Amino acid sequence: MQVPAYVEYEKATSVEHALALLARFGPEARILAGGHSLIPMMKLRLAQPETLIDINGLSELSYIRVTDGALRIGALTRHAQLLDSAEAGEHFAILQDAEKVIADPIVRNWGTIGGSLCQADPSEDLSAAFAALKAIMVIQDPDGSRTVSAREFHTGPYETVVAPGELLTEIRIVIRPGGGSAYEKVGRRVGDWPVGAAGAALWLRGDTIADAGVGLTAVGAEHFAAAEAEEFLRGAPATEASFGRAGQIAAEHCRPSSDQRGPADYKRHLSAELTIRALRRALRRARQQDA
Amino acid sequence: MQVTVNVNGADHTREVEARLLLIHFLRDDLRLTGSHWGCDTSNCGACVVWLDETPVKSCTVLTVMADGRRVRTVEGLERGGVLDPVQQGFAECHGLQCGFCTPGMMLTARWLLDHYPDPSAAQIREALSGQICRCTGYENIVRSVRWAADHAAAGGADSAAEVPA
Repeated sequence: MQVPAYVEYEKATSVEHALALLARFGPEARILAGGHSLIPMMKLRLAQPETLIDINGLSELSYIRVTDGALRIGALTRHAQLLDSAEAGEHFAILQDAEKVIADPIVRNWGTIGGSLCQADPSEDLSAAFAALKAIMVIQDPDGSRTVSAREFHTGPYETVVAPGELLTEIRIVIRPGGGSAYEKVGRRVGDWPVGAAGAALWLRGDTIADAGVGLTAVGAEHFAAAEAEEFLRGAPATEASFGRAGQIAAEHCRPSSDQRGPADYKRHLSAELTIRALRRALRRARQQDA
Repeated sequence: MQVTVNVNGADHTREVEARLLLIHFLRDDLRLTGSHWGCDTSNCGACVVWLDETPVKSCTVLTVMADGRRVRTVEGLERGGVLDPVQQGFAECHGLQCGFCTPGMMLTARWLLDHYPDPSAAQIREALSGQICRCTGYENIVRSVRWAADHAAAGGADSAAEVPA
């Protein structure tokens, strides 16, 4: 029987209260949102916080809305809510592509977006999706809030820039014209981490790629992104040839390792192929938006 | 700490440790052993219960997180001694063999039918995709849920007599 070790518990009643509790209990306190990453880690003693600060009651952190030209997702939003959000899907289809294949429907009911990001698993799906979309993370401390780009958010496996005493509160994605996005994942079964996955976002100007985002997960890509492939795509024609080359570049620059989910060369192959498929689908969607 | 959890319509107030998992609270403290404790890693879904209005894996929820909320377990499916159509469907269509996954399957099925009263087989499979039947009786589980959809009015006074023991 796996049970977490003894732990103290505090229920936060507001963001300010959560931040005050974080300050009071120090670096051995952990924020408890959905708990679907933290509680399994606690059962295995991979995490052993002294105090849990439960933010599940903070409805102020649970929202999906478009304001000032950006989609804003509250950190406590459950995966199922993002999957069901017509507004999120309309602007960034990649988010629903990714949500469909994150964990399983029951886990998605309770697991949160902010929790997944702060867990910072190197195979996490939304990390690649948000990298592709060039999202912005809003992090709050008692003195105010700061923003970091999705690509600066992770500092390593299971590590983020969110310091003790800080709270991730929002993910923000700027809505730009001519955009389309998609996510492609290969997994062994429902609920498993990906063998490999790629997300793509394109912003077109006519038939030219004005800007591109390519996110990769589970294949050791730095910052969950294929920066060299994006660089190649920027200004290139939106063609199959461009996508093929971008996939090749993405595969060359990632660093997959062999494990029970597959050998490194297969994951590298997936990085190329899934990048190409995601770019294709993103292009179709960008053109539909135009039409 | 002290928690009050409403389980199947009745408030239960208990003193619990923060680390107590909801599945153990239900089974050991409240003696509601219908919910099963399976893989312990939120993979198998034997422990699925409703937390407020949504199915969750109760091996990955702390009891303190359920404080002030409503929980519905398999014991809360029947109404006044009459089985829920989902339960009847599992009986009619041989939806269980060993029965270990059944309570979780039925609670997810109830949620699905509440939201999608006429689901396709694909929708049923998707809804249940986070739950494992080690007897591999999936075909009959899908049929059972479909039976419940086709007999949404089951469980009325007339059909009560037909409920298998």
